[in-house]
Amino acid sequence: MDNMINIRVLHKDGSIQTLEGPTDMGLSLMELLKAYEYDVLATCGGMALCATCCVDVLEGGEALPVMNDDEYFMIDTLPDALHNSRLACQLKLNESMDNILIQLHHEA
Amino acid sequence: MRCHLIDYLPQVGGQLSEIYPKKPIYDIPGFPSVLAQDLVDNLMEQVAPFKPTFTLGERIEEVEKRGDADFRIVTNLGTEIFCKAVVIAGGLGVFEPRKPAVADLEKFENGKGVNYMILDPEAYRGKRMVLAGGGDSALDWTIFLADVASELTLVHRSESFRGAPDSVNKVMKLAEEGKINLILNTNLTSVEGADHLERVTMENSKTKEVSVIATDYLIPLFGLSPKLGPIEKWGLNIDKNAIEVNTDDYSTNVEGIWAIGDINTYTNKLKLILCGFHEAALMSHSVYKYINPGVKYTMKYTTVNGVNEF
Repeated sequence: MDNMINIRVLHKDGSIQTLEGPTDMGLSLMELLKAYEYDVLATCGGMALCATCCVDVLEGGEALPVMNDDEYFMIDTLPDALHNSRLACQLKLNESMDNILIQLHHEA
Repeated sequence: MRCHLIDYLPQVGGQLSEIYPKKPIYDIPGFPSVLAQDLVDNLMEQVAPFKPTFTLGERIEEVEKRGDADFRIVTNLGTEIFCKAVVIAGGLGVFEPRKPAVADLEKFENGKGVNYMILDPEAYRGKRMVLAGGGDSALDWTIFLADVASELTLVHRSESFRGAPDSVNKVMKLAEEGKINLILNTNLTSVEGADHLERVTMENSKTKEVSVIATDYLIPLFGLSPKLGPIEKWGLNIDKNAIEVNTDDYSTNVEGIWAIGDINTYTNKLKLILCGFHEAALMSHSVYKYINPGVKYTMKYTTVNGVNEF
């Protein structure tokens, strides 16, 4: 379908769920994960302040938009961030994210 | 009925004033666009006739119920406030230091070697220190404390820093000159000691090599994260970092305590300022009835009675 992308989420048990997300509604990956009722607190509501929406991008990360300053600052501050960690709240759904594979950071 | 507001921040306005005062907000009814701080200023002007009072820069630590109707509130500075009803409008909660996942870290908190912020640098003069983190705070303190501590080690999980380039260069130079120990690609794994911290163990994430550093202090500097803080200990029903409320009047499971705004949760909750106003209105009427039992109550409109009639 037009304006729809797939996001694959790796679960702790090794299974993968594919989420469908629209690219024309200004939704962030964090909002999509919450819509699918994933365990994402998103305490700050998307201001890159709490890092509770942190995800590790296992496949397709090279195509994602580069981090803005707020995301850089927060990721850099985290004690356990990985080289592929991103804040889902700062990733607006767009075509470059189609079919990426992610894992919730706190489940890694 | 009168209201006393207590906030840990030094000014009113919560996240609007503290985090995004210059950000325009577009979803306040009647304001196509309003700057966050302007909204706060307008609200302060609007509540002025009701003569609210304030305790700012203090955090509520204890809420003690005294009998059926009264509460004793105690702040971190020991201020005591007595009231009949408590309304928690705590927003994101309090910003507390983010702690790394290291076993037994808590054992050395509270003056036993692990501190999450540096209040008095002179307290570390002549001491051995390990700082952990890669942000501006870790870099700045490393530069400042290099001449204060007798031995200073900076541990960072990555091989590069994204902080201010000038600070990064200074830290690299201090390392080259042998004034600090810079350990990269390394994570803290454990802390040990008898009554006080004595050793920190860490592991290189690439080589898996384990090293142990004898130290007097460990200062993890991993930024701040919003937490419920002391609110968690007040006997309230909590769901995912938020307080469960009854949407009839936004009361909590503890009689005499209400919760409104971003800090509460209920089915179909929307974290909008608009919804916070609605919650505040219903809460206020409920609180009035609660603290004035038996008083006949009639709803008044400001358009009919003006503000000073209340």
